[in-house]
Amino acid sequence: MSSIRIVARTQSWRNGAVILPLVAVLITLLVTSGAVFAANANPLQVFFEIFIEPFRSRYSFLETLVSATPLFLTGTAVALAFRSGYYNIGAEGQLLVGAIFAAGIGPRLGGVPQIFGILAMVFAGAFGGLVWALIPALLRTRANIDEVVTTLLLNPTATLLVAGLLNGPWRNPVTHFNESERIVAAAEFPILLSRSRINFGFVVAVIVMIIVALVVHRSALGLKMRAAGLSPEGARFNGLAVEGLLLKAALGSGAIAGITGACLVGGIQFRLTEGISGGLGYTGILVATLGGLNILGVAAAGFLLALVNVGASSANRVFGIPAQLSAVISGSLMMITVAVMLFRRYRLVYRKAK
Amino acid sequence: MSFLVNVLEAMLRVSTPLALGSSGEVVTERSGVLNLGIEGTMYAGAFFGFYAAYQTDSRWVGLAVAIAVGALAGALLSFLVVTLGVNQHTAGLGMTIFLIGTSEFVNRAALGTGFGTSLKVETFGVIKPFGLGGIAAQYGMTYVTLLIVVPCLWWMLRHTSLGLAITAVGENPEAADVAGINVKLTRYIALIIGGMLMAAGGAFLTLATLGSFTLDIIAGRGWVCLALVIFGRWGVFRALAGGLLFSFVYALQFRLRLLDAWQGVPFELLLALPYLITIVALVASGRNAKYPGAYLKPYRRA
Amino acid sequence: MSVSTHVIDEPGPITARLIDISKRFGDVIANDRVCLDVRRGEIVGLLGENGAGKSTLVKVLYGLTLPDEGRIEIDRAPSTIRKPSDAIAAGIGMVTQHFSLVSTMTVVENIILGTSRIIIDRDSARKKIVLLCESLGFGVDPDELVSALSVGQRQRVEILKALYRDCRVLVLDEPTAVLAPQEAETLFKAVRLLANSGIAVILITHKLHEVRKMCQRVTILRRGSCVGTYEVAQHSDDELVELMVGRAVEHANHETVKPGNLVRMSVRNLVVESRGGRILDNVSLEIREREIIGVAGVSGNGQSALVSVLCGLTRPTKGKIEVNGHDLTHGKPMDYLNAGVGRIAEDRHASVIAEMSVAHNIVLERIDGFRKAGAIDEKAISTLVQKLIQQFAIRAAPNDPVSSLSGGNMQKVLLAKVLSREPKVLVIAQPTRGLDVLATREIRNMLAFQRVNGAGILLVSEDLDELLELSDRILVMYEGRIVAEFTNSQFDRNEIGLAMTGSGSR
Repeated sequence: MSSIRIVARTQSWRNGAVILPLVAVLITLLVTSGAVFAANANPLQVFFEIFIEPFRSRYSFLETLVSATPLFLTGTAVALAFRSGYYNIGAEGQLLVGAIFAAGIGPRLGGVPQIFGILAMVFAGAFGGLVWALIPALLRTRANIDEVVTTLLLNPTATLLVAGLLNGPWRNPVTHFNESERIVAAAEFPILLSRSRINFGFVVAVIVMIIVALVVHRSALGLKMRAAGLSPEGARFNGLAVEGLLLKAALGSGAIAGITGACLVGGIQFRLTEGISGGLGYTGILVATLGGLNILGVAAAGFLLALVNVGASSANRVFGIPAQLSAVISGSLMMITVAVMLFRRYRLVYRKAK
Repeated sequence: MSFLVNVLEAMLRVSTPLALGSSGEVVTERSGVLNLGIEGTMYAGAFFGFYAAYQTDSRWVGLAVAIAVGALAGALLSFLVVTLGVNQHTAGLGMTIFLIGTSEFVNRAALGTGFGTSLKVETFGVIKPFGLGGIAAQYGMTYVTLLIVVPCLWWMLRHTSLGLAITAVGENPEAADVAGINVKLTRYIALIIGGMLMAAGGAFLTLATLGSFTLDIIAGRGWVCLALVIFGRWGVFRALAGGLLFSFVYALQFRLRLLDAWQGVPFELLLALPYLITIVALVASGRNAKYPGAYLKPYRRA
Repeated sequence: MSVSTHVIDEPGPITARLIDISKRFGDVIANDRVCLDVRRGEIVGLLGENGAGKSTLVKVLYGLTLPDEGRIEIDRAPSTIRKPSDAIAAGIGMVTQHFSLVSTMTVVENIILGTSRIIIDRDSARKKIVLLCESLGFGVDPDELVSALSVGQRQRVEILKALYRDCRVLVLDEPTAVLAPQEAETLFKAVRLLANSGIAVILITHKLHEVRKMCQRVTILRRGSCVGTYEVAQHSDDELVELMVGRAVEHANHETVKPGNLVRMSVRNLVVESRGGRILDNVSLEIREREIIGVAGVSGNGQSALVSVLCGLTRPTKGKIEVNGHDLTHGKPMDYLNAGVGRIAEDRHASVIAEMSVAHNIVLERIDGFRKAGAIDEKAISTLVQKLIQQFAIRAAPNDPVSSLSGGNMQKVLLAKVLSREPKVLVIAQPTRGLDVLATREIRNMLAFQRVNGAGILLVSEDLDELLELSDRILVMYEGRIVAEFTNSQFDRNEIGLAMTGSGSR
């Protein structure tokens, strides 16, 4: 009987870091073209619309960056936590609570200089995210309760909290729409380039990414966090305070996710709305994983998924294919990538029949 | 009195998908694998069950299709985490995102509906055994779940060699291997059984209670099931007890909303209550819970 | 089945035969055209040092490893064994070195695990097990959880498991490594009984006296190759050792120094409780400068807990620990490091970050001392690590991940990390477990050298020979207590062995 077996490589395959993600994207396109066919569209045209078109128009390209901004942030938040061995799957909830805090302070910043207004928004968002991340983090580090479950449960809780506020105390008194009061001009993130929606939030995202990259890859704290993530047992043996490191990573991650909420309120929506996130926190897990928990990778993966998002909506307008195609593509891409990336460390061996 | 009857009647109904989902997750985790695809599997079960029932005009076909989709989802996740041994957190979450995306994509493409929907299917009805009403008036699926599926699973785990094998590969796959058990096959079976149960739990919502499909229909019930498994320390009856607790709080807030005294409170805040109670229950019972010995660890012979 | 006591004088026909088995793992050749056969009613020895390929060979027989080449015959007929269930069906049973039992299950459940019935019948299984126990003189409660059993009892469960499946070939992989000499005696009695009933036994060991006592024939492996099969009676011990090691053994000769009077570490009335029981019960000891204290004991008698406490990983329930005058009773790992305690834990893999580089592993515990302007000073790290790699003859580059290192090199990295800080006290557990002869020698020499340099060393080892070679004093642990103490003028294997079983005279 002949068989194919998976065998460990003695050295990890260096070029694989570049080649394998491309392979994963190709396989994903092949697989998802089935869905496109089923929706009576031509996959080539649709994929052209998604992956090439944005580079041919200034507006689409900048719109992709607008769409990438929150993904950079949530991706960074998740990567920071995962690197440290803290499975924060609650970026969605933390983002929402960050947005609540920012939308709460935003209308009350009248009269302050814009620079303070923006800073106040960012800090309010960070604080909100941190608060929402604090409970699971303490439960994990003090009582050893699985953070995966608690962070997950707090996501629908935050969604309901937003809806409850908007249908209750925060309902717009004038329009009676379920959206909060508009933030003041001083709290608005300025637009960076005219005739686009690209705003100061993009700068915030880049700054956060640089800071996290420096901390994780260059600082002693980062080395300790990575050690705790790779082997908590080994880290503890080497005298590191693993619980403290987890707490730091969890709160940092929550704060970054909260900043994402502030950026959405301050730069795009200018108020709290029910659908303000729409799963950006979950997509952040995708971004972090696809990016190999590495900040440069997060940037690349965030941009790629933003292309898919923006492209899927324009493919929706042009070809009438459901915009949910973007979730189909990103979900498949995630599973295919984690599978394909294995081959950095393993290779296939074909055994002939004896 | 009728208030309590109403609450208990609703509790049993609400607990049905949780009972199915959490027993599916118990079987899966007992084999040492975490299935974070549970939310998506329940979602896909709800949608594809509805879709098949709508297309064929048969709720039975709908249920069968839902279960088949759950089995497929379990098999696909097994391929990723058992055969390839990839990280179970990411594979499971990818699965959830993929299944929810696919369900909504097909919903949009084939049924042409997005927000809310008016499409309806004939549902499994409520039965009143011996003409009893009140608490006893429940869906047939609820009766089958609570009186047949969950006890059978308990029996399977305890009294069959499959059950013993599932526990063994979850605790110590090396030992199971040496004992002549096919570790990977056993995990595949556990994940497929688990996926079938989860999808059936999702299908209960469309094919019994609602008769239609709406977006975000699962609304975190899958995540609740994950908590119930830990709360129940990997036992199906104990997880069910947790599910009943969640459902009681859920049913209670649902009834409270109708009282005048609570009119001012936005109902969403009450709706968040069961999730918070679940976390509290987890804190009360799940401190230093003892996970299966090989939890999250792929098995590969040295 | 029950074991008959009918004695077979002559070994019968060949039951199992491995022919020209070859197996490579990457660049390492674990087995190179190895042959082995075992006959009905015979106990054949499989002798070789660590890493010689003994375990690989029997894993092939049991279907746990697929050979690259070679074939297997059972009862002279070609047999394809591709997985353990094939081996079980062919009548092969195996007792692995680090037992293969599910500790959260009962003895009965473990024994019937993987047998083919769909619905479990615990009652009839229990009856069969009780009968087997009686015929072998095993006192094992079938309904006890495996986690509650002693090491010796677990081994009996493993044997019962094989017999329950009607095995005709029984493989025992280093069965005495975890037993006290007297427990080993009991085991051997049972094994002889099994052989007399017609079972073919393969006994893997690296202890010569066991081969001499139990086996007529012995197959010797060296570095993956088959040296040959010999009649034990026709060869002297020295001859067999030379066949096994490949050169005449050099006897260790360490420089002797007298321990000083300065007490480096003192432990008084240490108690560790877990789930109501005492894992450590009133343990007191003192380590002076230039002294190696050996701790002997059958595995699972509290040695691990002692090391864990003295590494700062477990909080003691009661007692007092002092190092160089610092109170470390409630110390964390960092407190121990700062007080000048060097620690080598039992499980090498649990004390490193396997996916990190050699360099980062070496500096991790003192990374705060390698900072420059907020960033890590990689240059200073690299200088230090280059020096250590030379000094300790580590075959690795600073940036290699630790996971790519051999066991011996990994252990040297750990020693380099610890010794480069010139510790006053060393707590070391199982320093040479699983290492080859050369690495073992290097590491023992390093320890002896540290003692000459003034360190006080606590050496916990399951290898009695290692303790006898290095220690100034040997403490014996049994059920969490120190039950005996020997000084090196009065070391006596037998007495130490007796103390290890809890039946010593002192």
